[in-house]
Amino acid sequence: MSAPVVGTDVPRVDGLEKVTGAAKYTADLKFPRLLHVAVVRSPHPHARVLDVKTEKAARMPGVRALASGRDFPLHTGIYLKDQTVFATDRVRFVGDPVAAVAAETPELAAEAAAQVHVEYEPLPPIFDVEEGFAEGAPLVHPDLGSYEVVPWIRPKAGTNVCNHLKIRKGDYAAALKGSWKVFENVFRVPQVQHVPMEPHVSVARVDLAGKVEVHSSAQSPFTVRHLLAHCFGLPHGDVRVHVPYVGGGFGGKAGINLEPIAVALAMRCRGRWVRLMVDRHEEFFATVVRQGLTATLVTGVDRHGKVQAQKMHYLWNCGGYGGYGVNIVRSAGYTCGGAYEFPNVEGDSIGVYTNRPVGSAYRGFGMQEIHWALEQQMDRVAVELGIDPAEFRLKNCLGAGKSTVTGQVLDEHAGRVDLCIRNVAKAIGFDADRERTPYRGKGIACAVKAPAMPNDAASSVIMKFAEDATLEILISGIDYGQGLMTVVAQFASEALDLPVEKIRVKGCPDTDLSPYDWQTVASRQTWATGNAVFRAASEIRGKLCATAAEALDVPAEELTLREGCVVHEATGRSLPFERLVMGYQFPDGHAIGGPVAAASSYLPEGLLFLDPETSQSAKPVAKWTFGAQAVEISVDPETGQVTVEKVAACYDVGKVVNPALIKGQTYGGIVQGLGTGTMEELVVDTKTGRATNASLMDYKIPSTEDVPAEMVVDFVETAQKDGPMGARGIGEHTMIPTPAAIANALWDACGVRISEMPVTAEKVWRALKAKERAERGEGVAGEAPVPAGTIA
Amino acid sequence: MKKTITLEVNGVAESAEVEVGQTLLRFLRDGLDLTGTKEGCNEGECGSCMVLLDGRPVNSCLVLAVEADGRTVTTVEGLSKEGVLHPLQKAFLSQAAVQCGFCTPGMVVSAAALLRENPTPTEDDVRKALAGNLCRCTGYKQIVDAVRDAAAAMRAGAEAGSDAGKPAEREEVPA
Repeated sequence: MSAPVVGTDVPRVDGLEKVTGAAKYTADLKFPRLLHVAVVRSPHPHARVLDVKTEKAARMPGVRALASGRDFPLHTGIYLKDQTVFATDRVRFVGDPVAAVAAETPELAAEAAAQVHVEYEPLPPIFDVEEGFAEGAPLVHPDLGSYEVVPWIRPKAGTNVCNHLKIRKGDYAAALKGSWKVFENVFRVPQVQHVPMEPHVSVARVDLAGKVEVHSSAQSPFTVRHLLAHCFGLPHGDVRVHVPYVGGGFGGKAGINLEPIAVALAMRCRGRWVRLMVDRHEEFFATVVRQGLTATLVTGVDRHGKVQAQKMHYLWNCGGYGGYGVNIVRSAGYTCGGAYEFPNVEGDSIGVYTNRPVGSAYRGFGMQEIHWALEQQMDRVAVELGIDPAEFRLKNCLGAGKSTVTGQVLDEHAGRVDLCIRNVAKAIGFDADRERTPYRGKGIACAVKAPAMPNDAASSVIMKFAEDATLEILISGIDYGQGLMTVVAQFASEALDLPVEKIRVKGCPDTDLSPYDWQTVASRQTWATGNAVFRAASEIRGKLCATAAEALDVPAEELTLREGCVVHEATGRSLPFERLVMGYQFPDGHAIGGPVAAASSYLPEGLLFLDPETSQSAKPVAKWTFGAQAVEISVDPETGQVTVEKVAACYDVGKVVNPALIKGQTYGGIVQGLGTGTMEELVVDTKTGRATNASLMDYKIPSTEDVPAEMVVDFVETAQKDGPMGARGIGEHTMIPTPAAIANALWDACGVRISEMPVTAEKVWRALKAKERAERGEGVAGEAPVPAGTIA
Repeated sequence: MKKTITLEVNGVAESAEVEVGQTLLRFLRDGLDLTGTKEGCNEGECGSCMVLLDGRPVNSCLVLAVEADGRTVTTVEGLSKEGVLHPLQKAFLSQAAVQCGFCTPGMVVSAAALLRENPTPTEDDVRKALAGNLCRCTGYKQIVDAVRDAAAAMRAGAEAGSDAGKPAEREEVPA
């Protein structure tokens, strides 16, 4: 066996293409006589569509296809089919597609789209989640009861609730009564946008034989194919989806997005390629955003600082459609207690339709939002009780033998959040008796997440050899930066003792040729595709050894693989892969074996549905990844500006596969968390329903100048029992605790708390002023109300 | 209205008839198929489309193709020469400074402009120079490290009496 490959800094296998400019993304592909799409979008947040007149637009020069709701009435959506390709009878957010035009140039398409006349009857809109949840609220989806839905999502017909997951564990009411002290707080998270550097783009053609072909910037080629086939009533075999390199997704390109609009138009101009590319402005409100959250938490503790009763009421602002968002609601439900053991729980996670932009998956899938609430709540309770916040967390956190909110008892293979807490507390200098500097503070927060996916979500790989024994690995997991292609090469290299240079991972899938994969989401690829890689490698090894055994006339079980050769240790004889991969030829000319290839898959085993009433389940998810972050901040008392000086992060990842790449994931997650935690919010005007900051000028994301001066990252390696070499997911977790850690540090720095994300300079300044007034005896301390108009 | 422009792109003389309203970004991508230069916002905010115009970094979405008439343009494709990488490209690989890769061409081009002006940038200098290049994946740390690494490599190359930027000193790109 050569030196280990897993655990080393193997350079990205897709790096060379990316640094040279060779890597092709969807918009880089050239298509003959490409048509360009402009979408007619609703200017109303909520309205009836009375009529769509396209005749004038259709007659305009260069227009080749037009489509609207009446042409394509079928519903789509990954879990809840609540959306049509174009709005039919009703629009539900500003930007809701009503019709689309394909024309010879983008300019002609835009001119024609402007001539599509839509007659609307405005309806009362809902923007606030509590308003939408209230009895008698105007209904966003009056037909909710008739939509097709997977059995484990529970929409409530006649309301705006698109899913409701209840957790009932122990006896919450009794435990609350018996509590020594009780704390209740409300926390809020606004809608934010993913802001991938590459905006969404999809290209489609329907050929004269009726076969649909799509190239798309997407995280889920097979889900796109599956939903397109459903939506247009086609056999899956007649739909082909290609995904080239993807310029960031963060969940925003999961499921299905622009593809149905491009296909609908392509059906109207068979043989022509049609491209729909949203611009940065549309990207902010017309693709998808992260759901908003209002969280109400009640915590009852005993005299020993142990939480006995915990109530969590999560109201999710899902926006106009919930096809994907309903599963965030579910995931936040069965993870509602975060990284803690709560013996008595009343948890409700409720998704509510409103007339805001559509909420969907976003890195962390609900977890950053609920941790914003939970981790501040734990901090407040610790401070009130006079217990060190790190100690309080250690006292209450999950670990082996402890039970989650669903009653799942963790075993010794689950991650160690306690070690992560101790690690970051030490790295940031979080000692109870530390020296204090005014307006400088430290905060800590934990994180946990499981892959939120159907129980049968599978991944598969195909391995085959080229004539020179280069191993080619086909996957359909998307490497949109997280490093999947490199990790797959490392695993295969390790399993077959073949140098990484002899491996080519084919990471841009084509559903006609590539193996099935459910989706690239949920931090599941290293684990799921990784497991499939080891299974396929084992099959490859078996085939190589069988042929070599016959060739060398030795028992197959005595053979090993070493540096690209099959070796018989006892005799010292060996055969290079090159002489085996296309079949072995004996000196007399006769040949055996044949081209060596293998296909294998991985499907998580033993997952059980949640009880419909209590959500108790012994194994609701495949795995948990735990971690913690601690931050040190400084606050400018004059402006309220918070500067994050240092961040320490630690996660129990089971196995570090590639230190350089996992550090990159962590730095990236921290900075993205710093963005949502301190600067990002998609502001929707509550008069018009329009997003008022839909540009990179007005919606700021972190730049080089916002990055903390110091980021320290570390990892714990408690092997995941069913993980490849013990590895578990990490991609999303890195941004979960950052905002809460910053908010907790703010309290430590200057004694104010901000319960509504993000922690902006304005909010901090107002809170400091309110605190000053309170100290002078002029009012109540704490958070100042946010001025009207700032937050919709 | 169309106009004929003549310019040098990555060392090659090009002549083309362009619409006067066409951006340099669109000309490079559609006219010359130099798709390494990316469109991220089309309003000069993200830096994904950065190229060098007469050696100075510009967002090519904010420059008209006709403005490049008679001038020289360098895109990411012009940084490597006949399969030999620029020290910045090497450093981006060795420092794991690339994730999705969409911002990478603009970053590398922007950094090349910095190193031309300032061969010994501090961490702060690098942060300031790249503040107009947005990246959503990396958290920037490994990018800043890579630029400083490349600067050191280029200085070392220059001290050794050769220009590290010269093809002979560059690493071969596998065919």
